[in-house]
Amino acid sequence: MSSVAVTKKKSVGAVIWDYLTTVDHKKLAILYLFSGLLFFAIAGFEALLMRIQLMYPNSDFISAGTFNELLTMHGTTMLFLAATPLLFGFMNMIVPLQIGARDVAFPFLNSLGFWLFFLGATFLHLSFFMGGAPDAGWTSYASLSLYSPGHGIDFYVLGLQISGAGTLISGINFIVTIITMRAPGMTFMRMPLFTWTTLISSILILFAFPPLTVGLFLMLVDRMFDANFFDHTMGGNTIIWEHLFWIFGHPEVYILVLPAFGLFSEIIPVFARKRLFGYSSMVFATILIGFLGFMVWAHHMFTVGLGATANAIFAIATMAIAVPTGMKVFNWILTIWGGSIKVTVPMIYALGFIPSFVAGGVTGVMQATAPLDYQLHDSYFIVAHFHYVIVGGIVTAIFASFHFYWPLLFNRALNEKLGYLTFWIFFTGFHLTFFVQHFLGLMGMPRRVFTYMEGQGWDLFNFISSIGAIMMAIGVVLMVINMLSSIKSKPLNCRDYWGDGRSLEWALKTPIPFYNFKQTPLIRGFDPYWIEKQEGNPEGMTYAEPLGDIHMPNNSILPLIMSIGLFIAAFGALYHPDGVSWSVPVMVIGIGITVLAMIIRSVKDDLGYHLHAEEIIAIENELYGKGGNK
Amino acid sequence: MKKGLKKWSLFPLLAAMAVILSGCGEEYISALRPAGAVGKEQFNLLLLAVSIMTLVVLVVSVLYLLAFAKFRRSKLGEDYMPKQVEGSHTLEVIWTVIPIILLLILSVPTVLATYKFADVSAMDEVDENGDPKALTVNVTAKLYWWEFEYPQYGIVTSQELVVPTNEKVYFTLKAGDVKHSFWIPAIGGKMDTNVENVNKFYLVFDKESKGLNGGEGVWYGKCAELCGPSHALMDFKVKSLNRDDFDAWVAAMKATEGQTASPDSTDLGEATFAQNCLGCHAISAVTPAGAAGPNLTTFGDRNRVAGFLEHNKENVEAWIKDPEKYKPGNLMTGKYKNLTDEEISAVADFLLGLSVEK
Repeated sequence: MSSVAVTKKKSVGAVIWDYLTTVDHKKLAILYLFSGLLFFAIAGFEALLMRIQLMYPNSDFISAGTFNELLTMHGTTMLFLAATPLLFGFMNMIVPLQIGARDVAFPFLNSLGFWLFFLGATFLHLSFFMGGAPDAGWTSYASLSLYSPGHGIDFYVLGLQISGAGTLISGINFIVTIITMRAPGMTFMRMPLFTWTTLISSILILFAFPPLTVGLFLMLVDRMFDANFFDHTMGGNTIIWEHLFWIFGHPEVYILVLPAFGLFSEIIPVFARKRLFGYSSMVFATILIGFLGFMVWAHHMFTVGLGATANAIFAIATMAIAVPTGMKVFNWILTIWGGSIKVTVPMIYALGFIPSFVAGGVTGVMQATAPLDYQLHDSYFIVAHFHYVIVGGIVTAIFASFHFYWPLLFNRALNEKLGYLTFWIFFTGFHLTFFVQHFLGLMGMPRRVFTYMEGQGWDLFNFISSIGAIMMAIGVVLMVINMLSSIKSKPLNCRDYWGDGRSLEWALKTPIPFYNFKQTPLIRGFDPYWIEKQEGNPEGMTYAEPLGDIHMPNNSILPLIMSIGLFIAAFGALYHPDGVSWSVPVMVIGIGITVLAMIIRSVKDDLGYHLHAEEIIAIENELYGKGGNK
Repeated sequence: MKKGLKKWSLFPLLAAMAVILSGCGEEYISALRPAGAVGKEQFNLLLLAVSIMTLVVLVVSVLYLLAFAKFRRSKLGEDYMPKQVEGSHTLEVIWTVIPIILLLILSVPTVLATYKFADVSAMDEVDENGDPKALTVNVTAKLYWWEFEYPQYGIVTSQELVVPTNEKVYFTLKAGDVKHSFWIPAIGGKMDTNVENVNKFYLVFDKESKGLNGGEGVWYGKCAELCGPSHALMDFKVKSLNRDDFDAWVAAMKATEGQTASPDSTDLGEATFAQNCLGCHAISAVTPAGAAGPNLTTFGDRNRVAGFLEHNKENVEAWIKDPEKYKPGNLMTGKYKNLTDEEISAVADFLLGLSVEK
């Protein structure tokens, strides 16, 4: 890649090729964000269909079977294919910039992680067109999923296996990046909180995804070869699936919510113009939440019949998580306290987040009360609770971050007025949808029901809930309009868009060149950019090295090819139980493609290239005008 | 637990919550209007938890709104530079200790109740004659109906559970095909029915169900675990009777021993039923449990057709004609030959005549 290629107008084909082969963390971030939004929209649409069906009692807008497919795909997509990639998008974009790195530790793997995720997700969604989506819930409990006819569950198992491998790879990549690639001076206790939460959440991925992989593998061989791991008539046990699933599934919640905490810990100090209160206790709380997150999975299984002692232990352990989470909430409030609050779109999301998330958190403690959970479990109360946590916590963080980081992502800003409108419509819709669901649950409505008889006292609240869902959908549409219309707005070409940026990413001028920092920065304390600004350094960075050659990795199409190989092999595995003649050849060809690409990657030396100092000066001149990035 | 509650400063909040919540929902299905010891204790726990949690939400909201109102940049001026405070150990200790105290308040009754609800040792107790002291009902959940077996009396019923009031009724729960979950919201919390093992718990019914919901006279029971397309329709009903009425019901059920339908009957309904339905559906309560279809001995006394349709002849006929239309994925579809409208009408009459209560 030459220096000129960065800024020259390229043909559409060249741009597409660039994105298919890119190993640049910023471009991969955009791919993650784009595909995450796509799946978010699909899953949101599924939710809307379900809420329309439940708007009135005895409605026959969608059939029972379709409803189960919708609820399964909504849950699976939102957690695996929307929230995860959206957060990965922000991690990819921001973490290397925050720690002063040129890229992630393994750029090739970063690309592989994305393509595995994307093709796994695509495979899962093909089920809609190929004879039925999975219909056993996102938890896919074994007795029902083994009983489920058709290929729905096979799509679930294979699609998640592929995309889960991508997530695992990306998680490992972040761990190595954060541990080894911090700029000189950035000690662990100077890392921004988003980097911290990314690290902890990546460690959670490292430990939580293998159980899922094992569970999915057992189910795969059960369905493909009648292996009977879960078939109780053959000595199998379905409870094992529940344990494996939740040993993954509970940490998964923290894998998602910790980065969301991190994002708000970046946003709040900027718009409070004050350093994060209680930084070290925030770090401690993050680690503690991560640890406890692994210890409490069985609280999803209080009604399974684990016995009083197990229930009591898991109840107390679950309650304990409220303590570090509470620490975080109070630290955020104390960050605001005594600050100078500027209400911007990201900040208003942060302000909306605090009470919503607390409301979601306290209902979590209620469910931790095992004997009370016997009433709450699998009722609409649960639905209300986890949507309060996931929408109130994670989705607001993602929306806030879109507004917050849009200048860094695209060198454009999102429209403020439209942003406020989006927030108020979405936020009102959110509370309207889910607040009344607490009461629906307590009034006896089980979750995952496709219809309900009239006159059980649920009619009004269901109607309100559906109206709220429609408002949420309008909010999302407005946000997408805002994003699309930003393409036409003027490029910003500025540094520190919000004026009060504190961490290193704001020290960069936009558009950010593909090599990030022309010289590695020197970190002199917590909130490094703030320190430099306070000392009057106009560039916002002190450099740790003179301007010199930069080593960059080459682009590669191999990650995409490897993922396509597995994608093809999955079709063979899918149709194998039907006894079709081509299933084994397809599996062999698919895995062959992957292995071949791996061999090529192994034997062909790809040492990257060097960007010379004079090229860097030329690029900076072109990006920011004569004189370079000053 | 109740004695302890009164001493706490949470009491006013607790009382307010009780007033707000207990009005919610229909008496025959709402967990907020409990009609049994288990449900009541769970409701008390709910009140305690909701009170603590409301307190937390209120404190956080007030603090944060106060902070937000006091420190606006529009008030402080664009150039105001706040003090860059690092943190405060005292404050951090305070908001670590307070949540721990609140959680302790909640966790003590939690642990006590967890053990209390799990105590089913009385199930196996016998009196001097060797008869069990407590009533046990074996519940089997199937796609998509419920079988209730009374092992002490050797009788079986389905879809409508009948229990005596004011005593502990023990349940053993199992699933026949895929996992379900047994839930009577107004009486007490649920328990899963697993495919590989038996779960046990107990409930107490404080009140007779007679007269509930404008004369419908049943508690509503639900399946709480996703079990396939018709999960939402897997309802059952519960009749709670005083001990005397219950004993009378048991006697009437026992008296159906040997009751059957004859294929040679002059009654078209009975003959058709015998030829097409008897393979799966018994019409005597004294039969072994584990039949392929619901036991229909009490069909005429029931409250709903298939657990959710209004109990009238049209619905019985419609159900026999095309069960798939009403409960997709059910196992009855296609198990019998096509019947003529005349036959269906006769079978419906026959079924509606099956009764032990009249």
